[in-house]
Amino acid sequence: MIELLNAVPLWLIVLIKSGVVLGVVITTFAYSMLFERKVMGWMQLRPGPNRVGPWGMLQPAADAVKMMFKEDLTPSTADPLIYRLAPFISLICAMGTFAVIPFSESGGGLWAVGDVNAGILFIFALTSVGVYGISLAGWASGSKFPLLGSVRSTAQMISYELAMTMSVVGVLLLAGTTSLAGIVHAQHAYWFIVPQLFGFAIYLITAVAETNRAPFDLVEAETELVGGFHTEYSGLRFGLFFIAEYLNMITVSCIATLLFLGGWNPLFGLAVIPGLVWFVLKVGFFLFFYIWLRTTLPRFRYDRLMAFGWKVLLPAATLNLVVTAALVAWQPWHT
Amino acid sequence: MDHRKNIFNIGALARGFATTFGYFFAKKPTIEYPSVKKQHAPRFHGLHELRRYNDGKERCIGCELCAVACPANAITVIGAENAPEDRKSPGERYAASYEIDELRCIFCGLCEEACPTDAIVLTPRFEMADYRRGAFVYAKDRLLVPIEAGVGTAPDERPNGIPSDLGMVAEKKATIDITAGYEATNRGTILKTQRRGLAG
Repeated sequence: MIELLNAVPLWLIVLIKSGVVLGVVITTFAYSMLFERKVMGWMQLRPGPNRVGPWGMLQPAADAVKMMFKEDLTPSTADPLIYRLAPFISLICAMGTFAVIPFSESGGGLWAVGDVNAGILFIFALTSVGVYGISLAGWASGSKFPLLGSVRSTAQMISYELAMTMSVVGVLLLAGTTSLAGIVHAQHAYWFIVPQLFGFAIYLITAVAETNRAPFDLVEAETELVGGFHTEYSGLRFGLFFIAEYLNMITVSCIATLLFLGGWNPLFGLAVIPGLVWFVLKVGFFLFFYIWLRTTLPRFRYDRLMAFGWKVLLPAATLNLVVTAALVAWQPWHT
Repeated sequence: MDHRKNIFNIGALARGFATTFGYFFAKKPTIEYPSVKKQHAPRFHGLHELRRYNDGKERCIGCELCAVACPANAITVIGAENAPEDRKSPGERYAASYEIDELRCIFCGLCEEACPTDAIVLTPRFEMADYRRGAFVYAKDRLLVPIEAGVGTAPDERPNGIPSDLGMVAEKKATIDITAGYEATNRGTILKTQRRGLAG
């Protein structure tokens, strides 16, 4: 069996793994969309979508078909090449992160496409490139609302990425590694949410801003900017942005799970339940939290968003980092 | 710095989150309309109906008071003398033709109030959608209550409620003469204008 496995070329294994992960991730996207609409509906005292299939379970399929048959428009003022390219930048960057996210492990093998020893850096690099998708989309649309949306997006991403990275560095200091699997292993005794509660709170807030979700969805801001950066997009190209947004949401939920909630480490020592189930449960909790947040809070005003990012979150994250670094260097618990 | 107060007002935030979380589990007031229908008030202002007396005779005496009272000019009544051997109504006259243009009607119920014999009443039925304009002119064949549906009582007091086929029979809808509907609308408008002395 082992010989047989060794005979399979590495590229084929990676290809199969990628295919499986891609399928799972796209399905998760489709149903997280339905999940969001259902949860939002219930929180707004509505039943939510329930017409297509039992309990509306086929709604994602109906949405996909609708998206595919919509006309794909390019405004005459748009820069055609970049306008068409932008959704793909967003989507590829959003999907790329799943190449390094470990979902679980068994028998010493990691359930991930690739085990990168600088996984967290890879993810942050990719999500930073993903901002280009939104920025270029707004710029290349050649009309005012998308441009305003993309300018906001750039400013917001830069402001909140600083605080986000700072809040994560605390965890990296505690774990002593940038490998996602290594960070999860380091949380075997206790989850990093315990020593890094402050950092966790900052990460949670900045992650919402990074994914452009309410109450930080200034980038789309229907009430002021029509649709923000995707105003001019329709059909499948809009769909790609839509997928990217939800995948980003899943990505930040996965990172929060891996860094702060112990990844696939079981709660209360319930190792009977497989690690993957724990991982999915934790990610699901974060997804629910994001939807809960969206239904509860109104959108921030732009100047307040900036003030909050620079004057509150960044100093708080810096302080958290400095204190963590000092404690890790000093190690008062070792004396 | 007003906004800091808002952001750090944890109590208010917690209350907000508790509210939405409570709603998550709350019973939803939505009525899933096409599959579940709301029970309207018994005297809801919906589609009209022409009633009968206990002996099956029509209550309408063709007096046209409803047509005069109608603020939307939706009703056209053409009265005629009752033939002694075949009396349609107990009075001297009856409505030879009674047409209501439901597209003009504003469902105010003034016709109901004007009627001296309680012949015209509004029922709780409100689903009248159709693809053809002419189909909205309801003539006596669709307004007059069938004898078997119950006579002598108001629609909301009948044991079987509103007859299910009142103005809604699919066969009837299919055979409606659309041109006749348009003509009826025009005829009603011309009659009304003439009566008010606004036109030749």
